[in-house]
Amino acid sequence: MTADAAWRGIATEQVDEVTTGLAALLRRRSRLLLADLLRPHRRGVAWIAAAIVVSSLAALAGPWLVGVAIDNGIPPLIHSGDPAPLLRIAAVFAAAVGVQAVTTRMFVTMTGRVGQSVVLELRRRLFRHCLRLPVAFHESYTSGRVISRQTSDIEAISALFEEGLDSLISAALTLLLVGTGMLLLDWPLALVVLGGFVPLTWLTGWFRRESVVAYRRIREANALVIVHFVETFGGIRAVQAFRRERRNDAIFDGLSGDYADASRRASQLIAVYAPGISLVGNVITGVVLFYGGLRVIDGDIRVGVLATFLLYLQRFFDPLQDVAQFYNAFQGAGSALEKISGVLEEEPSVPEPAAPAALPSRGSAAAEPSRGSAAAEPSGGSGVVPRPGASGRQVRFESVRFGYRETTVLPDLDLDIPAGQTVALVGETGAGKTTIARLMARFYDPGEGRVLLDGVDLRDVPDRVLRREVVMITQESFLFGGSVAANIRLGRPGASGDEVIAAATAIGAHDFITALPSGYETGVGKRGGRLSAGQRQLISFARAFIAAPSVLVLDEATALLDIPSERLVQAALRTVLAGRTAVIIAHRLSTVAIADRVLVLRNGRIIEDGPPDRLLGGDGEYAALHTSWAASLA
Amino acid sequence: MIAAAVAATAAEIAIPLLTKSVIDGAIAHHDRALLIPLGLAAIGLGAATAALNLVRRWVQGNAVANMEKTIRDDLYGHLQRLHASFHDDWQSGQLLSRATTDLSSIRRFAGFGIVFLLISVLTFVAVTGLLIRLNWWLGLITGCMFVPVLMFCTRFERRYKVLSRRVQDQEGDLATLIEEAATGVRVLKALGRGRESAAQHDAQAVEVCKTQVAKASLLGSFWSVLDLIPNAAIGLIVVLGAIAVTHHALTLGGLVAFITLALQLVWPIEALGYIIASGEEAATAAQRVLEIFDTEPEIKSGHTERALAKRGPGGWDLPPGRGVTGGSSPGGKQGRLWFDHVSFSYPKSHQPVLRDIDLQLEPGETVVLAGATGAGKTTLLQLVPRLADVTGGAILLDGTDIRDLPLPWLRAAVGCAFEEATLFSASVRENVLFGAPDASDDEIEAALTAAQARFAFRLPWGLDTRIGEQGMALSGGQRQRVALARAILARPAVLILDDPLSALDVHTEEKVTRALGTILAGTTALVVAHRPSTMALADRVALLDGGVIAATGDHRELLATQPGYAALMMMEEVSA
Ligand SMILES: Nc1ncnc2c1ncn2[C@@H]1O[C@H](COP(=O)(O)OP(=O)(O)O)[C@@H](O)[C@H]1O
Ligand SMILES: Nc1ncnc2c1ncn2[C@@H]1O[C@H](COP(=O)(O)OP(=O)(O)O)[C@@H](O)[C@H]1O
Ligand SMILES: [Mg+2]
Ligand SMILES: [Mg+2]
Repeated sequence: MTADAAWRGIATEQVDEVTTGLAALLRRRSRLLLADLLRPHRRGVAWIAAAIVVSSLAALAGPWLVGVAIDNGIPPLIHSGDPAPLLRIAAVFAAAVGVQAVTTRMFVTMTGRVGQSVVLELRRRLFRHCLRLPVAFHESYTSGRVISRQTSDIEAISALFEEGLDSLISAALTLLLVGTGMLLLDWPLALVVLGGFVPLTWLTGWFRRESVVAYRRIREANALVIVHFVETFGGIRAVQAFRRERRNDAIFDGLSGDYADASRRASQLIAVYAPGISLVGNVITGVVLFYGGLRVIDGDIRVGVLATFLLYLQRFFDPLQDVAQFYNAFQGAGSALEKISGVLEEEPSVPEPAAPAALPSRGSAAAEPSRGSAAAEPSGGSGVVPRPGASGRQVRFESVRFGYRETTVLPDLDLDIPAGQTVALVGETGAGKTTIARLMARFYDPGEGRVLLDGVDLRDVPDRVLRREVVMITQESFLFGGSVAANIRLGRPGASGDEVIAAATAIGAHDFITALPSGYETGVGKRGGRLSAGQRQLISFARAFIAAPSVLVLDEATALLDIPSERLVQAALRTVLAGRTAVIIAHRLSTVAIADRVLVLRNGRIIEDGPPDRLLGGDGEYAALHTSWAASLA
Repeated sequence: MIAAAVAATAAEIAIPLLTKSVIDGAIAHHDRALLIPLGLAAIGLGAATAALNLVRRWVQGNAVANMEKTIRDDLYGHLQRLHASFHDDWQSGQLLSRATTDLSSIRRFAGFGIVFLLISVLTFVAVTGLLIRLNWWLGLITGCMFVPVLMFCTRFERRYKVLSRRVQDQEGDLATLIEEAATGVRVLKALGRGRESAAQHDAQAVEVCKTQVAKASLLGSFWSVLDLIPNAAIGLIVVLGAIAVTHHALTLGGLVAFITLALQLVWPIEALGYIIASGEEAATAAQRVLEIFDTEPEIKSGHTERALAKRGPGGWDLPPGRGVTGGSSPGGKQGRLWFDHVSFSYPKSHQPVLRDIDLQLEPGETVVLAGATGAGKTTLLQLVPRLADVTGGAILLDGTDIRDLPLPWLRAAVGCAFEEATLFSASVRENVLFGAPDASDDEIEAALTAAQARFAFRLPWGLDTRIGEQGMALSGGQRQRVALARAILARPAVLILDDPLSALDVHTEEKVTRALGTILAGTTALVVAHRPSTMALADRVALLDGGVIAATGDHRELLATQPGYAALMMMEEVSA
């Protein structure tokens, strides 16, 4: 059990040689997921199964009826000119063909419907789960892999439903029915046919073992191709400016070569497997011809029986050819499902609280009765909007210790930021400022100690509530492909057009936005590429203003702005966010001027703490910083 | 390969003929001795079929995998060389889905579809031919059923094409949403917008699902008809065949063989459904891929002999001077950069960003470019390494229009550091070495020291630590310093720095500024800066306003004479 636990989630992705035990674990995991996905469609699956059974039965009735016609329909016609038996058989045959057509249509359509619902549900789950997974997961797993799981892998599963499942089931049924039929017709001859199962089973076992490995490799190689692809075109300007094209060509050639090797291997396996099956089938046909012929000559069976047998043989082995083909798709989908189930199994290391705690209501309790109750129920919807003038919340770090992997960044941090205070955090790059900001936004949980919001541990605050209360804006302003207005509205989805404009105006972005070709409705392009970097920062600022959280964390969020624009933003901070708690990380000390309190951070420790004026008067780090900064201005 | 396919099909068809011999010959004449060679012949034919099929699949599988790889590599290479504005316009998911899903569709068809098509047509023709030989009028009747099949197929094809293209486009849109959410996950988390993003994703996924279901039901009705037609034909054959037997136009064994053979027609016709569907998918996928291949790179390499002659033996590959410790570039006169009445507007935008830029940088001169957010500073800088081409005027490097210079040469001569530092997934060393692949360790160290990026030596594996998306996460300031080291290590003729110190703290900034001061002394440099502190680097300051260079001059001079510049620097308020 503990050994199994070590392989939870995505841990198995980097493993080259999967042991049998591990393979069983992966299979079980995928099967559980599949069963879970299919559960709501039990009735649909039952209908599909019924349709397939009927359709296969109807399909099998065909050759049987042909045999009957030869043995019982034609002789009366020849000997007594009586067409009635043959016509009766023909009518039944026509009915069977009709039923087959109807049921085929039914199961193809329904498989599509059920299969696509399953795929849709899987997409939904995976997308949500990926968003729930912590930043730490995304950092190590890379966006390219997350993308490949949700595109290529899902498509491999979708392809199975498109073309695979029905042939698999109908082949199994055909085998069963034809086998029974043969046994009933003439068991000695049937035993000869069934003897073919020995090599078939062996062949299939071999194919399965090998192709599982091959397809695992395919999925992994495919993910790496996507990772590299996404990375290249995410930074195409840098690629071109640094003439990275050749090197990239070489890297991509290697990755897509690995992928081609893996798919070549898979196609070689099927190249052996499929003819192998037909070989077994043909050998058995030869044996049946010989042995059946003998039995007919000996008078043990009639010619019609032999004819039926030969027809059955074709029905018996032809679908196996299809199965070989679709077994391929099945294996592809299987290893895709393995990968996906691994991601789904990853537990968020920053989990939702099991027992959410309510934040105390903000401001005067009478004025804001809804706040507390909204906080108490996480599904409180986006209708609850922070009102302007609401006050901030207190943030406290209690003996917080934190590090990424091995390195400790914050050895032991105690910090109390009273509600409504504006704190400036300064210090050299790498001091840990961003880390503090991330802890406040609960991107990570502290290794030891607690981060409290109004006395409530962040671990007990539901995500929905936390995101309404604490908003962090970073230097990397990421815009989504929609319009300017849509990007601002990300701060508060319900915001009206006027509110969007008001927020943009407050931070001084209104002018440039109206100058854009379609104003607020202008598309910003991929990752906001149609705007300048400073303009992107302004837009992400507007998001924060419209969100109007009780705690605002700004991590070098004005670094790319010119000084007048930064001033405008600061003025807006003072008015729009008056009374709220704010933590501002900035290098330009002009930004710090609006702070009530300055913290100087070095190597993860606070070495100075006080109002800017007082620190300025002293001879500490901040005073030194300020002196050199003032000197730089001259 | 085709020969193998044909031979295998022929062998397969021959087996029912053996059946006829067994029933009509051996059984009818009670000839036991004849059974053995007939049985062996059947087995031999079966083995031959299997062997031929194995060869065919093997060869074909390899060929198809290679084909897919070649197309994918070409697509990737082509995309890398397409102009940056192409990438601004195209959704990333649409590119990705072309390189993955669409290529797989093409591969699937090339792998199975084409051969299936060949085999099923061959089987159909051969079997019909044999049937006609066995009994000509019954054979003709059987052959006739192909007519409605064909008619039906063309109708289906038209409708399926539309759906399959729709699915591909919708999947591309979905991939875009997925990619945005994956790369912007921090923003979604910081703002708590997971739910809205998921709703958007779900809506698009539902669209895909709907189209897929429509596709499935179209396939369902198509396949059922393809089931119906050959089976109905068989029923007809049995009845008509029986009549033929009564009139002694056909032996009983002949009828059985006829029916066995006719049954072989069922599969090729049923397979036709799959073939047409996958062929249609491959066709629309190929169309989508070709849309990219048909786009020509707008920024083409120039070929000027003059430029090469001037550069001396360096030729194409060798950019001018390198080495961080060196003084000026070889010759000392290289790097005169002249913006000759340059104007620029982005495609599809009616207003020019740059209108009439006239700016000359002497070799070795450092010009700091100041301007408000959105003034066009980055745009101007990007014109120099030709990430975009001027729409009016020209940029001249040492008197040669940069459009006439070989592109790799130009980009080697121009070193850049962008506003948002992009590092590649590679070691620190590889990232820094881009501009100067043959730089020594000492030079690397000097560049890292100058950029205040010595922290790189303290990373877990030192300079060999992998950074970038797939490597270790660096803070914004750290990334910016590595990118700066990369730009200065190449010691290019022209250095383009876009706000290179924005993420640095005051102390570090001061140190970097000092180091840059010496490095820039011998290099032509165009530097964007917002902070007064960086102005110290400038030999000359240029103010970009309203798409033109509003003024150039000394920092203090501009402060005194240009109210716009003074406002931008905001000196008085700061010192207050
Ligand atoms: N995601 C991460 N994984 C590993 N180490 C990190 C990560 N982010 C930051 N670090 C390291 O933690 C230290 C503090 O970084 P950070 O908080 O970003 O500093 P600051 O914001 O003060 O510049 C740095 O040494 C940095 O290299
Ligand atoms: N790819 C693009 N497509 C269309 N417009 C753009 C694009 N990039 C920038 N712009 C517009 O050009 C103007 C100048 O942008 P930029 O040069 O980035 O400004 P900055 O001076 O801040 O660097 C801005 O108004 C911006 O909206
Ligand atoms: Mg930081
Ligand atoms: Mg810019």
